[in-house]
Amino acid sequence: MGNLFAALTLGHYLALGAVLFCISVAGIFLNRKNVIMLLMSLELMLLSVNINFVAFSRSLGDAAGQVFVFFILTVAAAEAAIGLAILVTLFRNRRSIDVADIDTLKG
Amino acid sequence: MSLDFPTLAFLGFAVTAAVAALATIAARNPVHAALWLVLTFFSVACTWIVGGAEFLGIALVLVYVGAVMVLFLFVVMMLDVDLAPLREGYVRYLPVGLVVALVMLVQILALIGVRAATETPLADNAAVAAGVPNTTWLARALFTDFMLPFEVAAVILTVAVVAAVMLTLRRREGALHQDPSAQARVRASDRLRMVRMQAEAPPAGRAGEGEGA
Repeated sequence: MGNLFAALTLGHYLALGAVLFCISVAGIFLNRKNVIMLLMSLELMLLSVNINFVAFSRSLGDAAGQVFVFFILTVAAAEAAIGLAILVTLFRNRRSIDVADIDTLKG
Repeated sequence: MSLDFPTLAFLGFAVTAAVAALATIAARNPVHAALWLVLTFFSVACTWIVGGAEFLGIALVLVYVGAVMVLFLFVVMMLDVDLAPLREGYVRYLPVGLVVALVMLVQILALIGVRAATETPLADNAAVAAGVPNTTWLARALFTDFMLPFEVAAVILTVAVVAAVMLTLRRREGALHQDPSAQARVRASDRLRMVRMQAEAPPAGRAGEGEGA
C-alpha cells in the first residue's frame, strides 16, 4: 500500500474510472423506473470512460486520447439535449416518466 | 513511506468523486441527485487537471457543470413528477445491484492489475516535454489530424439543437401569435377603407357632441 501515496500512476486513474463505472451500473439497476436518474447514470458512465481516455493519453503521450474525450463530450451533450427533449415530450403526453409506463410497443 | 502532494490531492478528489457518485444514485430527490452529480463532475475535472489535462478539465466544468447539468436541473424542476411510485423496487433491486456492481469492480480491478499498474509512475507529460501548454498541444492534434471529425462534431451539435427544438415545439390551439411576414406585407388599403356616404347634420338634441363622430 506504500506506493499508493508515493506517485501518481496509470492505475490510480484506471481504478477511479472502474469505481465510477460500477457505481453508475448500480445506479441503472437501482433507479430503473426513473428516466431522469437513468440519464444521469449514463452521464456518469460516459465520464468514467473519459477518465480512462485521459489517463492513457497522458501515459502514452498521445494527444488522440484527449481529442477523443473532446468528441465524447460533444456527443454526450447532444445525447443529453435530445434525451431531455424526449423526456419532456413523454411527460407531456403520458404525465409520467416511469419506464414501466412506456410499453406501447408491447402490443 | 514517502508522500507526494499531487498524489494526495488526486486521492482526495477521487474519494470525493466516488462518494458524490454514490450519493447521486442513492438520492431520493432528483434535484439532489443532479447536485451530487455536479460535485462528481467537478471532482473528476480536478483529477484531470492534476493529471495534466487542463483543457479538458476546464471544458468538463464548462460543458457539464455549466450547461448539461443546468439543463438537467431545469427539466427536473419543470416536470411535476410524483416520486413515490418511481422509488418502488429500489430496495428489491438493491442486493442484486450491489452484488453485480461489486463483482464487476473486483473483476475490472483484477483485469487492470492495479498492483502492477501502480508500480511505475505516470510518464512525463508529453505537452511539457514539447514545451507547450496542454491546450496548444491538444489544439495542434485537433486542428490537423482531427479536422474532419471536428467539423462533424459541430454538425452533430447543430442537429441535436434542431432536434431538441423540433421535439418540444408545439402549437397550441387558441394561442395568439405574431405573424411578422403578414405584418411586413400589410398595406394601407388593408387597414383603412374610404366610404362614400351622405353628409348628415347632427341630430338637434346632441349638437354639442356630434363633432367627433
